Amino acid sequence: MSSQSLISNQQSTDLMLRVSDINVYYGESHILRDVDLSVPAGQMVCLIGRNGVGKTTLLKTIMGLLSSRTGNIFFGDRPITKLAPDRRAKLGIGYVPQGREIIPRVSVKDNLLLGLEARPQGRKGKEAIPEEIFELFPVLKTMLSRMGGDLSGGQQQQLAIARALMGKPRLLVLDEPTEGIQPSIVLEIEAAVKRIIAETGISVLLVEQHLHFVRQADKYYAMQKGGIVASGSTAELTQEVIQKFLAV
Amino acid sequence: MLLIAALGLAIVFGLMGVINLAHGELIMLGAYATFVVQNIFKPFGEPWFSFYIIVAIPIAFIVSALMGLIIERGAIRFLYGRPLETLLATWGVSLILRQLVRSVNWSLFMAIGIFALLFFGGMQLLKRLVDWQNIRSKALVILLPLAAGIAIAFNLLLGANPALSKPWFSARNVDVTAPTWLRGGTTALGFQTPYVRLFIIALTILCLIGVYWFLQRSTWGLKIRAVTQNRTMSSCLGIPTSKVDALTFALGSGLAGIAGCAVSLLGSVGPNTGQSYIVDTFMVVVVGGVGNLWGAVVAAMGIGILNYLIGSGTLALFLTSVNAPQSLIDLLLFFATSSMAKVVVFALIIVFLQIKPAGLFPQKGRTAEL
Ligand SMILES: Nc1ncnc2c1ncn2[C@@H]1O[C@H](COP(=O)(O)OP(=O)(O)O)[C@@H](O)[C@H]1O
Ligand SMILES: [Mg+2]
Repeated sequence: MSSQSLISNQQSTDLMLRVSDINVYYGESHILRDVDLSVPAGQMVCLIGRNGVGKTTLLKTIMGLLSSRTGNIFFGDRPITKLAPDRRAKLGIGYVPQGREIIPRVSVKDNLLLGLEARPQGRKGKEAIPEEIFELFPVLKTMLSRMGGDLSGGQQQQLAIARALMGKPRLLVLDEPTEGIQPSIVLEIEAAVKRIIAETGISVLLVEQHLHFVRQADKYYAMQKGGIVASGSTAELTQEVIQKFLAV
Repeated sequence: MLLIAALGLAIVFGLMGVINLAHGELIMLGAYATFVVQNIFKPFGEPWFSFYIIVAIPIAFIVSALMGLIIERGAIRFLYGRPLETLLATWGVSLILRQLVRSVNWSLFMAIGIFALLFFGGMQLLKRLVDWQNIRSKALVILLPLAAGIAIAFNLLLGANPALSKPWFSARNVDVTAPTWLRGGTTALGFQTPYVRLFIIALTILCLIGVYWFLQRSTWGLKIRAVTQNRTMSSCLGIPTSKVDALTFALGSGLAGIAGCAVSLLGSVGPNTGQSYIVDTFMVVVVGGVGNLWGAVVAAMGIGILNYLIGSGTLALFLTSVNAPQSLIDLLLFFATSSMAKVVVFALIIVFLQIKPAGLFPQKGRTAEL
């Protein structure tokens, strides 16, 4: 046990997240098969693959919503495999799930304030929403007193990203942030993510179908039938790989 | 009264989706807590005794909330999402609590204390000292009978001493006397209204405002709302959901305690007190719409008033004065006892639920399936 964690320490000093040998089942159906993946500190990694291959399942496993029968998950050099989702969030993983999962009958402002819970000491007293959030997403400022559920899809997506940022995460996990959103807002969201990375040096794990957005990542992993089948730098992302793994 | 009880239940049942059959017993505990506080204040004499009720309310809240916390940590948290098991477990808890107030005495009290100390203390110690994950089940098998054995031996030993084995409460019902300033009544508004009722109404309004404020304005209230609306996402945001569950349950239980305080002012209190209120309370929650505090308010008032109108024969009297047909008046007089009134109200509620199955104010939109 101790020697094992020593090795992993050496390997992962510059890795923000390392997932190794993950096998996840829904009941009896085997969804993820021997998945390995890592996100280097300060880099953006994109996970691609067609619908239903298990991308969301992998992200849920990283968050702790599903548990793997085998393998380990390290955040920094800390094993988090056995931690509950709220503990993982507090360590610094900000999650923007597919479908956005805004708390519907709670105001936009309160939705944002809930994001503060992920800070290590939790939310203490009367903390205001930092101005940077509104610089990234100006729409939110005008909607603070609306109910989260009343926002449009694009606005909800921006709220979900803003909410994750409220916790000052070290790793941002984004699951199809541009799915079902009108093109102009897709560009806005892309720009915002780019700006977040530039300003905070945060690491990002992104699941995405838009090629344009995928190209901004440093590294990609391609998934098929629950396993990682290709990976490499996005610069060498070939037309063949794109054809095979992106639902364009 | 009905409303405070229903409020507590609305929180537990509505917000958490837990059917708590022990809610009535938590009311009963609150009533007994009031009784104990009253007895403690008695020797102090008059100026102090008048105010015991002010002390009793928070104490009743705390006692029931703590018991609620124990129930949640000990049983219910393992059963979320399994309504049938929850139903059975809470029913079991309600039986235990009823027997507990019948037979609790110093030796039993201390035995339970010793058991808790040995068992949980031992577990904490072991957790500190050794690799807990590996010996968990073994430790449980050894610790549990060990702690239980010592506690039972202790109980038997102490039980020999009659002073320690005398039950705290007699098996018969106990009475709480309302302080002098709550006796008597006023005839304002044309009704004969006892002060006690007015006090309870004021207490209810206070509780309502308190709960509203807590849920809508406080940090923990926000967490509670978030968890009830989207549990998984809340946990991903770093909200400790199991802590929030425990708190929510304790809050609902504490409100039952306050309701118990009110109950004790209205009549004598026995181990079975809770039973007579639980059905009414559930009816209020169901009619009001699950998870809807405002609905619970309206439903509680409606059911309370209807009960009163039919039960006391007021409606029959009224109809006599406007020369309604004799047969209708006879019919109403037949139902003019409190138990028959319950039958009628129950029938009316069934009819009502046929028309509006989701209650008075069904939730709209995405939270509907909560
Ligand atoms: N709650 C669930 N229960 C059972 N099977 C599921 C559930 N969610 C997803 N699946 C299955 O798991 C597979 C992977 O799903 P998912 O991770 O959502 O894919 P992706 O995000 O790549 O589109 C799919 O075949 C899907 O049918
Ligand atoms: Mg998906």
